[in-house]
Amino acid sequence: MRFLLLFSRQGKLRLQKWFTPITEREKKKIIRDMTTLVLARQPRSCNFLQWKDLKIIYKRYASLYFCLAVENQENELLALEVIHRYVELLDKYFGNVCELDIIFNFEKAYFILDEFLMGGEIQETSKQMVNRCIEASDMLQEVRSTHIKSNNGLKSEF
Amino acid sequence: MPAVSKGDGMRGLAVFISDIRNCKSKEAEIKRINKELANIRSKFKGDKALDGYSKKKYVCKLLFIFLLGHDIDFGHMEAVNLLSSNKYTEKQIGYLFISVLVNSNSELIRLINNAIKNDLSSRNPTFMCLALHCIANVGSREMAEAFASEIPRILVAGDTMDSVKQSAALCLLRLYKTSPDLVLMGEWTSRVVHLLNDQHMGVVTAAISLITCLSQKNPDEFKTCVSLAVSRLSRIVSSASTDLQDYTYYFVPAPWLSCKLLRLLQCYPPPEDGAVKGRLVECLETILNKAQEPPKSKKVQHSNAKNAILFEAIALIIHYDSEPNLLVRACNQLGQFLQHRETNLRYLALESMCTLASSEFSHEAVKTHIETVINALKTERDVSVRQRAADLLYAMCDRSNAKQIVAEMLSYLETADYSIREEMVLKVAILAEKYAVDYSWYVDTILNLIRIAGDYVSEEVWYRVIQIVINRDDVQGYAAKTVFEALQAPACHENMVKVGGYILGEFGNLIAGDPRSSPLVQFNLLHSKFHLCSVPTRALLLSAYIKFINLFPETKATIQEVLRCDSQIRNSDVELQQRAVEYLKLSSIASTDVLATVLEEMPPFPERESSILAKLKKKKGPGAVSVTEMEDGKREGGELNGGGDRGPDASAMAASNASTPSPSADLLGIRPAAPVSAAPASVGSLLVDVFSEAGPAASSAAVNDEGFLSSAPPSEDPAPPLSEADELLNKFVCKNNGVLFENQLLQIGIKSEYRQNLGRMYLFYGNKTSVQFASFTTTVSYPGELQSQLNVQSKPVEPLVEGGAQIQQVLNIECLTDFSEAPLLNIKFRYGGALQNLTLKLPVTINKFFQPTEMASQDFFQRWKQLSQPQQEAQKIFKANNSMDTEVLKAKLLGLGMALLDNVDPNPENYVCAGVIQTKGQQVGCLLRLEPNAQAQMYRLTLRCSKDSVSRRLCELLAEQF
Repeated sequence: MRFLLLFSRQGKLRLQKWFTPITEREKKKIIRDMTTLVLARQPRSCNFLQWKDLKIIYKRYASLYFCLAVENQENELLALEVIHRYVELLDKYFGNVCELDIIFNFEKAYFILDEFLMGGEIQETSKQMVNRCIEASDMLQEVRSTHIKSNNGLKSEF
Repeated sequence: MPAVSKGDGMRGLAVFISDIRNCKSKEAEIKRINKELANIRSKFKGDKALDGYSKKKYVCKLLFIFLLGHDIDFGHMEAVNLLSSNKYTEKQIGYLFISVLVNSNSELIRLINNAIKNDLSSRNPTFMCLALHCIANVGSREMAEAFASEIPRILVAGDTMDSVKQSAALCLLRLYKTSPDLVLMGEWTSRVVHLLNDQHMGVVTAAISLITCLSQKNPDEFKTCVSLAVSRLSRIVSSASTDLQDYTYYFVPAPWLSCKLLRLLQCYPPPEDGAVKGRLVECLETILNKAQEPPKSKKVQHSNAKNAILFEAIALIIHYDSEPNLLVRACNQLGQFLQHRETNLRYLALESMCTLASSEFSHEAVKTHIETVINALKTERDVSVRQRAADLLYAMCDRSNAKQIVAEMLSYLETADYSIREEMVLKVAILAEKYAVDYSWYVDTILNLIRIAGDYVSEEVWYRVIQIVINRDDVQGYAAKTVFEALQAPACHENMVKVGGYILGEFGNLIAGDPRSSPLVQFNLLHSKFHLCSVPTRALLLSAYIKFINLFPETKATIQEVLRCDSQIRNSDVELQQRAVEYLKLSSIASTDVLATVLEEMPPFPERESSILAKLKKKKGPGAVSVTEMEDGKREGGELNGGGDRGPDASAMAASNASTPSPSADLLGIRPAAPVSAAPASVGSLLVDVFSEAGPAASSAAVNDEGFLSSAPPSEDPAPPLSEADELLNKFVCKNNGVLFENQLLQIGIKSEYRQNLGRMYLFYGNKTSVQFASFTTTVSYPGELQSQLNVQSKPVEPLVEGGAQIQQVLNIECLTDFSEAPLLNIKFRYGGALQNLTLKLPVTINKFFQPTEMASQDFFQRWKQLSQPQQEAQKIFKANNSMDTEVLKAKLLGLGMALLDNVDPNPENYVCAGVIQTKGQQVGCLLRLEPNAQAQMYRLTLRCSKDSVSRRLCELLAEQF
């Protein structure tokens, strides 16, 4: 995978994840290209596009478009399910996730993504596993005030 | 403010985000952001030390501002501070900030690397994962240098937690992709393969991505993964839909892992072991069978996951291309999908069939679907599906169905989406040429193309039709008649006028017998279009007119009058005016004989790869045009235009057949503006000629360790450099670290770093024996003029090296001016009483003092032109000694130390780099261009530097690298 973008129907970018190093200028150009390309698509079109040497896989969930770019030999259907699994993970965490959740807790959206994907590859496909990681780290945050120093509790969670 | 914050809400952050959302205008947003930036800046600068929570909050705000698209120029240090916090949440935000806003500030990188190092050794799995994520996210070379050797250790260590293993595998993959030279294969590699057997599905899923990538580059080393992958796959495929618990996705067992296993197998040929192969075929059959079973769920996720595996299995079957039975089943399955109600599946089926069409076993089976595909081209609502249908028609085209397919594509063109017209035009033009049995059909097709989609007919296409008409005399009369008719249309495309002008100028005589197309009628018809045309077309028409004077003397007076009129002879355009003046003069003073010689019919064009095919390949990127097509092109190229009936010309054409010129070469060959018929310059064959003279590159000397021990003279004088010293040196041109030398006694490792004109090199001398080395001494010497060019300072080493021990020596290097020789390192020691004496070349080469220089295309070419004195350029054409893989080449060029510039060379296959060599006395600007020719397995390397000796030396060094 090369990058994942989340943007609204108005073309507002909500999340950007780049799996290969590229310059800020290129990023801006890609974001512009992707939003215009994807937003212009008719409803009920297929979810795949060819863009330069990449495959673009996109899907709309409520007001948000999820747009994933993968290399040419990657499997489109599976990429579509990568998006879906990410949505499920967000949903599980936020409970009926909506665009506002991602705006106000953008850092969480990035953390969840990091548990799921790494360097553009699937790290963990099990929903339970990913959720356990996220919840464990949340737990760490909540006990922050009570100063528990040991992380042994977390280890046993894995 | 909505209460959507979860975990530990940072209230200040939520307030800020909601303020931004409430901004009515861009200006208001910028104002609010500037206010916040000022606030944060004052907090960071304030005397009061910020607590971790506040620091985290402000860093998070900065991150938010950056993600909104604003520049952030501070806060990096605070983020780095968060990395060393022992509170998970603070550390996490710190890492997120670093991952998103990487800064090549070297001071910072050092601090970040330190924090990462601490977390990696913390043995706390969550911290380790965060650190690994950060390395993978940033993936810079500095990080690779710092951690590439550490991560494999973490990956295969017995006590590493599963989650850390997963992160380590993918982190290593990332580093391998960016800096393959830094990830050294070793003992860990065999253990990585065995992760395919790991109990934890997540570990297998992560590890297999790494294994696949490594297998692609080193297939032999990882061969054992094939049987492991087959047995893992077979276990998954045969498991019930609930066996794998949470790794079952909508009733499909482990779809991600299955697809990755199938992908891994695509790196290898079919298994040789009969049992393994049998098991694999069984798996593939099961997958194909499952496609026919009723779905276990109505959810689209279920069918997507199931079909993802199916498509991957089909890809493997196509890759093997050896099981006719499976290929036909795959084709039938895809045939079903062609009519599926899911658009996605129709799209994928069309795509997948494109590759199936190139297999000889399934080509015929694919062809049976032609009606469905044509129907898709006509009726699909979605342009990307139609595009795939057009691709498939193109792929399944052969002599038997070419007329039907070309006709369908032409009629589709009339309504085709603008975005795909140009590509469609190219494809029609290629098919028409490739499968033309009679050339009148070909001419008709191209003229139709121009009529229907004239705007999208690129130069290559209409150049090509002219080339073909000129090269084949059996079609010239027909072509003249047809263009004449096409030009009758009241409104015809300018491209039609160009083709018409050229062809009538050459072959108008062939139809002049008919009074309806008498010379004067032809001329008037052409001239009636003249005033509507652009300057280049008018120039072409003027050339056609002068040719008319030669073909038809009776038109001379009329044409001279046209040339003489003010709008021609005093035209404000220089080119037009010049042509008018020259042609007028030529027609009035030259004798008929001279005129006939000068304006003789154009000689045949040398045959070469179709310029259209080259254009399509360029448009689609390398690899997009299927292999068979290229082969077909070759196979049929000869019969196409060579004809063999042209006597001496045919051999000239055949000679240049193999070359692949750029489209611009074509331009030179055919530029219709050329007023007189030039000799058929074989521009296209130039490249090949040069290559053939180049001869094979010097064969590399073989390393012979045993030979060394016996042949080293036992004298006190420094030994002459080893025969392989140059080869060892060459290994380090594009890298700084590694093992320089090894025999049974001694290993010498090197680590080096360079900044500006200075460098530091660490030499590690390892005693491989169990016996002490005595009187161990090393000396650096400078051959030739090197003394005045390079300064190397070293401290003496310990005279005793114990058995199994390693000693270190530091060399400080200063480059005074550019140099060509390498300093010599002489090592002497006594091993069991015998004196060992060997001399190596220290891998200090001029390129180590490069500073990369980024520049835009325009600047590059400007500078390139400035360095145009012949001695400033050094060029070499040589045979590829190593893989021509893009990533490998890029890594090498980066290792060289120059900046690799993207989007500079008009040909995307080529590489251009720029850098400045820093010496004490001066700076030498260098530009590099490397042009691979994959077909010939050759390179052309060109260097231009402000100092000629540098060009030559770099060229010498680099020619050994690729």
